[in-house]
Amino acid sequence: MDMPIPNILIWFIFLLPLASFVLISFFTKPILKKPRLSGYLTIGAVAGSLTLSIWTLISILRAEGHELVIPDFNWLTINGVINIQVGLVMDTLTAVMLIVVTTVSLMVQIYSQGYMHSDPGYHRYYAFMSLFTASMLGLVMVNNLLLMYVFWELVGLCSYLLIGFWFHKPEAAKAAKKAFIVTRIGDFGFLAAILLLFSQTGTLDIAQIHSLALTGAIGGTILMWAAIGIFLGAVGKSAQFPLHVWLPDAMEGPTPVSALIHAATMVAAGVFLVARMFPIFEHSPDALLIVATIGGFTAIFAASMGLVMNDIKRVLAYSTVSQLGYMMLGLGTGGVAIGIIHLFNHAFFKALLFLGAGSINHATGTFDMRRMGGLRKVMPWTYFTFLIASLSISGIWPLAGFWSKDEILVSTFDSQPVLFYLAMATVFMTAFYMFRVVFLTFGGKYRGGTSSQTDTRPHESPMVMIIPMVILSVLAICSGWFNVTGDFGHLLGHGAEHGFIEGFFGILTHPLPWISLIMAFAGILLAYAIYSKNWISATKVRKFFSPIHTMFFRKYWMDELYEDIIGEKILNKGIFARLKLFDSKLVDGAVNGVAEAVMTMGRAIRQVQTGQLQLYGIFIILGVLAIAIGLILWG
Amino acid sequence: MEVGLEHYLILSTVLFSIGLYGALSKRSAVVILMSIEIMLAAVTVTMVAFSRYIVPTELTGQIFTIFIIVVAAAEAAVGLAIIIAIYRRRENIDASKIDLLKW
Amino acid sequence: MGLEISFWILAVVTIISAVAVVWLRNIFRAALSLILCFLGVAGIFVTLSADFLAAIQILIYVGAVAILIILAIMLTREVEKGSLSNKLKIPVLVTTLLFLGVAIYAVINTSWSVVTLPPQEPTTSAIANQLFGRDGFVLAVEISAIMLLAAIIGAVTLMREE
Repeated sequence: MDMPIPNILIWFIFLLPLASFVLISFFTKPILKKPRLSGYLTIGAVAGSLTLSIWTLISILRAEGHELVIPDFNWLTINGVINIQVGLVMDTLTAVMLIVVTTVSLMVQIYSQGYMHSDPGYHRYYAFMSLFTASMLGLVMVNNLLLMYVFWELVGLCSYLLIGFWFHKPEAAKAAKKAFIVTRIGDFGFLAAILLLFSQTGTLDIAQIHSLALTGAIGGTILMWAAIGIFLGAVGKSAQFPLHVWLPDAMEGPTPVSALIHAATMVAAGVFLVARMFPIFEHSPDALLIVATIGGFTAIFAASMGLVMNDIKRVLAYSTVSQLGYMMLGLGTGGVAIGIIHLFNHAFFKALLFLGAGSINHATGTFDMRRMGGLRKVMPWTYFTFLIASLSISGIWPLAGFWSKDEILVSTFDSQPVLFYLAMATVFMTAFYMFRVVFLTFGGKYRGGTSSQTDTRPHESPMVMIIPMVILSVLAICSGWFNVTGDFGHLLGHGAEHGFIEGFFGILTHPLPWISLIMAFAGILLAYAIYSKNWISATKVRKFFSPIHTMFFRKYWMDELYEDIIGEKILNKGIFARLKLFDSKLVDGAVNGVAEAVMTMGRAIRQVQTGQLQLYGIFIILGVLAIAIGLILWG
Repeated sequence: MEVGLEHYLILSTVLFSIGLYGALSKRSAVVILMSIEIMLAAVTVTMVAFSRYIVPTELTGQIFTIFIIVVAAAEAAVGLAIIIAIYRRRENIDASKIDLLKW
Repeated sequence: MGLEISFWILAVVTIISAVAVVWLRNIFRAALSLILCFLGVAGIFVTLSADFLAAIQILIYVGAVAILIILAIMLTREVEKGSLSNKLKIPVLVTTLLFLGVAIYAVINTSWSVVTLPPQEPTTSAIANQLFGRDGFVLAVEISAIMLLAAIIGAVTLMREE
């Protein structure tokens, strides 16, 4: 591994999963009909990509300026005016994202071997997963906004296909549609920003746009609008307020899909996009403030809904939205490094949480926490890994979540005090809802099995599902340690450097981490008091906070707002109905009117066409006479 | 008064007008065909008269007339065949009732 | 002098017989009047020194076309119905008279470049030279031969029982 990775192999990071997709779609499914092979093919391809990604990371770390230069090649030339080049950008940001995507993808693919074991859509599942992995890798690697948009849409497509994987369920089909349409609103902003930047700079190359932004060649309002447009894209993809409504519904897809796409990678693409285009945001403070505000608000907003959900995956979904809000907050206040470090850590522990939820579902056949309980004894591995992930997301020292969350809180404290208090409250809420899940699921007595389920006793999942969870739990513990010395942050252009041990324990000499730790422990304790020991009755609490509970539980009536008021009343019955009226009355009326007029005229004129040959003869003679008389008179 | 070109031309015009009247006002297809023959004959008279008075050394007018007669003969043959075919189908050759091409 | 007398006689005969064609109710008689009209035209040709054409006129019109028409009259039983006029009688009459007036006006008011040379007689060999000789009308003769063939085939096809 001493030698730097050859350029051609870098392309293979992206091409391997793509090849797997093509092979599954056109070869193993229709011709060989061997489902196992499709799974192995995907796992092999992703494992290959992971290996190459690690090699790339090492090469980048050793390279001059921590960046590999890959020569572009021409893709499109229009009249010599528009030149679009295809190329890869190989900097530390890309490398980190490559590692995240390939690692989580590999774990999820292995896990799916167990989870999707007897699903009839096994081939399709792996084909889509391969395509998704390829698109996501392409998204993080390309150096050109146009291609980035292509991959951006491709991951959106894969998300749609996989949310609607069980398309025979109406909820799944509806959720897929919702996810696609809601993210489209954001994509529109992204596209508008791309067009704006292109019209102003004449280039789509990200590095060139950045250098133009740095020199001030583009600036002011234009830069701000471009940044806002890009952020709108990120809001859609990363499910930030107010476009967060699709992500909880996206949980209708298979759980490994939720783990990979809707927790670790695709939803983080929005954060990645902002990070990638960060120089543009840096030069427009207003846009940065918007990023931070939306992020901070989303964090607490989503967490509040996570407090009351009964579906384990929905709790995790709101948790994801909330954590993505954290990342945005980190980006908005601190910079690329802080946001991306949290993305890095979050990918592992959130994927682990989802895999744990999948494992529980595998055992109990439900996602409803009211019908779980007491699983600690029968599913020790799942319990153990889930607990680690919960502690990590709650921000307990020294697990991964602590380090990145702390960074975000510090940078927020420095610049945006109001958002800092929101973030601090979110820490408490995060710990509470996560341990609510833990206690409801693993503590107490088993409450399920009374229904018609034939499988009465829950059981531990097979090893093929446990091993990826164990590996991820190791990462959920240690992934944060990469930044203890500040190296990680330094690579991404930020950070105070200090030694590992000094940093590892030294952080506890500051007061801020203690505050966040106390908040987290308070959350855990409250959850323990309510859901484990029943010191405080959950029903009473619910009754006491009845209006607020209802508000949280109904998701602030956002779905109703969008679907009934905006979708139905304003758009359908308001604007569209009027437009339809305009169309049917005015446009159709004009068209039909012209046709009607022509037909009426034709009906009148055709009476001349009597079929009487001799009448025609008279007219011929009269015509000849007219010409003759004309010639005589004026000729 | 010496008979000249104008006499022949006026004779021809009168003949043509008679034929025209018959062709446009008669119901029977056979009579219409006969009227058309009169019109053709009128034209041949014109041709020959021109040949005689304008270019007496050349006979181009008469040559034209030969061709007109040939065409008229062919026309009569085909026209009568059509009339009989129509008659077979419709029991009737009234031109004012043969109006399938109306609106 | 003889030529002029014969012209006037022939002209009167021709016009009267032509009027009879469109005037007579009996179609068969109309057809016979048509034959008389053709004979008159043949006589007119003679006064114009077109002896060959006069012969052809009698042969083809009187001999062939008139017989065809009579045959058609027999085959279609038109005699019983008679030669009726359609509803357009008056407009047609007006139009025709108008046409006649305009045409005669044009004929009279045009100054014809009449050449006072004696006509060629006899014309038969001259016409033959023109039709078949070098720089003559051979091509037109060939084409009219093909046209006649086509007319024969067409007539036969139309008349054939399905």
